[in-house]
Amino acid sequence: MIPAPKQVRTMPSKDKRWLIVDATMRRYGYAGSSLIETLHVAQESFAYLDEDALRFVASSLSLPLSKVYGVATFYHHFTLKPQGEHTCVICMGTACYIKGAAQLLTALEDAYHVKDGQTTQDKKLSVLTARCLGSCGLAPAAVFDGEVAGKISSAELLARVAKQVGNDR
Amino acid sequence: MTAEELDKIAEDERESSRNCRHRLHVCVAAGCLSLHSDQVKNSLEAQIKASGLESECRVKGVGCMGLCSAGPLVSVSSQDVTYKGVTSEDAPEIVQSLQAAKPVERLRCSTDVPFFTRQKKIVLENCGAIDPERIEEYIAAEGYAALHKALTTMTGAQTIEQVSRSGLRGRGGAGYPTGLKWGMVSKAGGAAKFVICNADEGDPGAFMDRSVLESDPHRVLEGMAIAAYAVGASQGYIYVRAEYPLAVKRLKTAIRQAERLGVLGHNVFGTPLDFKIDIRLGAGAFVCGEETALIASIEGLRGQPRPRPPFPAEAGLWGAPTLINNVETFANIAPIIRNGGDWYASIGTEKSKGTKTFALAGKINNTGLIEVPMGITLRDIIYEIGGGVPDGKKFKAVQTGGPSGGCIPEQFLDMPVDYDSLSKVGSIMGSGGMIIMDETSSMVDVARFFMEFCMTESCGKCVPCRVGTVHMHDLLKKIIERKATARDLALLEDLCDMVKCTSLCGLGQSAPNPVLTTLRYFHHEYDELLVQGDGAGDARGIAQGAKETVP
Repeated sequence: MIPAPKQVRTMPSKDKRWLIVDATMRRYGYAGSSLIETLHVAQESFAYLDEDALRFVASSLSLPLSKVYGVATFYHHFTLKPQGEHTCVICMGTACYIKGAAQLLTALEDAYHVKDGQTTQDKKLSVLTARCLGSCGLAPAAVFDGEVAGKISSAELLARVAKQVGNDR
Repeated sequence: MTAEELDKIAEDERESSRNCRHRLHVCVAAGCLSLHSDQVKNSLEAQIKASGLESECRVKGVGCMGLCSAGPLVSVSSQDVTYKGVTSEDAPEIVQSLQAAKPVERLRCSTDVPFFTRQKKIVLENCGAIDPERIEEYIAAEGYAALHKALTTMTGAQTIEQVSRSGLRGRGGAGYPTGLKWGMVSKAGGAAKFVICNADEGDPGAFMDRSVLESDPHRVLEGMAIAAYAVGASQGYIYVRAEYPLAVKRLKTAIRQAERLGVLGHNVFGTPLDFKIDIRLGAGAFVCGEETALIASIEGLRGQPRPRPPFPAEAGLWGAPTLINNVETFANIAPIIRNGGDWYASIGTEKSKGTKTFALAGKINNTGLIEVPMGITLRDIIYEIGGGVPDGKKFKAVQTGGPSGGCIPEQFLDMPVDYDSLSKVGSIMGSGGMIIMDETSSMVDVARFFMEFCMTESCGKCVPCRVGTVHMHDLLKKIIERKATARDLALLEDLCDMVKCTSLCGLGQSAPNPVLTTLRYFHHEYDELLVQGDGAGDARGIAQGAKETVP
């Protein structure tokens, strides 16, 4: 598999972050097998994968856009929508579920009128679920803006989210 | 790197550790870290500095100590004491106690309880004892000695012979004999071969592999390198979940250190072995734990399994012979080579040798990570080691094997834990998640929970799994909503059988297990939720529902 000779690289925009994405692909010789690694880097850089990113990656790796889209939508980790300013991830692993994670999620969904995977209208809060955080000793657990909160009750969770999201309002 | 140099590193490390009077170990694995054990470590360091004790005290971040429910854990070597639930505010008191040579009693975590004494640690022997970010400490704990022994005193075939003798079976869940798998790859033709470590621990409620990677990453690298030598591979991959950033970071550090010292890379230990390890990040797909799906994912494709044969041992990654083992399997290799296969085979039961790690969670007093010899009873694990069910509630079931496993009721608690006994009662060993449920848990709801998991994680390639899981989930939901009749239940049972027998890969084949075991042991819970009816209207309801939900 000889990669096609690359001409001068054209980036989707002048945004410096594209250079990071391009550097990843270059490291793997623009091989199609580096698709998932590249999407990881693109999502780390831009927080989500938009159409520009998918098109850029597809053309750089000489892959059909359909294939890139197929991979990006197959894996749960990749998101094609921008996230809210704050994120709250509820762990839905078995241990957390047994200890009432579903109630945490319902409480949050009701309070902010969003469903799992959605962002509030004012783009302040995204509510997400995780398969398992691996912090089963802390069940039920939630991650608010990257910080794990263990053995949390619905009331505590709502208070915590309201404090952050409310403060910014 | 030579044997003398390896010995010197180990000796220097032991020497410096002997020169230090007080060694404080702070657990910085994921469980304790999310309780801010990093801040505890910083406070202890600051306090030691303030007290002018830097020369005789050393604070070190170590991997998982096991008892996650009592975190953050700190242990003090000179006093042979472990503290639980330590906060930053406790730092001054702990440091003072070092000088007074009197432990802080109010924080003491008793270590002569069954949770600690009933365990047998092989895979986890270094967890909680060494700093996972320093290769020197691993070497001081006999690390890389097994790799050196294999490379310099054994042939590839002899290495495989030792692994076969040990009776080690794949710890990923299926329990395929490891030695046999290695033999197949080593006999397969072809210039390029690959060794893959499956660290895609997708089973919810399981965190053993994560703890091993976070606490003792070099052990996995050493196991992989020995495997590479035995089967003749020169490239390895570790496929690890992106959800485990700490494990990824520590693996990257470990690989860099190992390459720098020449125990990985070109001419390992000055022998002709070249072995390089790269990390590939998963992206959150449970099905990628299946070996052919994992290979597709490393190739940059959607993680969909393909029919076997050909098995990866013949045609795996990029069509080359590929050895895939789980993290825990690789973690067992170094001790087996060091102590011999017969030593390992002396532990455990006749058909299941050695030890197994389990992640205890759910309604149990001692949540955490344990390692026990095969053949121990479930009762010992749950009541002795786990400390029983909290709040005076009654035990109802234990779930092993995650979404592919089953719920085991009280009547089997005295059954030994091994591959064959677990499958006899309809469950599987799985990767080692063990979730305890008490009388308040509804078993039908648990079955629905796992079915929802399998439904969303089905990759969509084969029809029985893609469509069958949706129907089974809808039926379970209908039962819980008290809208189902006996006819629906019969249909559910039929579907279980169909999906189990006709799905392409392990995900679909085992997806009905939680339903089948709960039906077998807790049938009355289903019956209680059924409503009377001829079922005609309900059958129509299903057909309608099906139209809406079939993807």
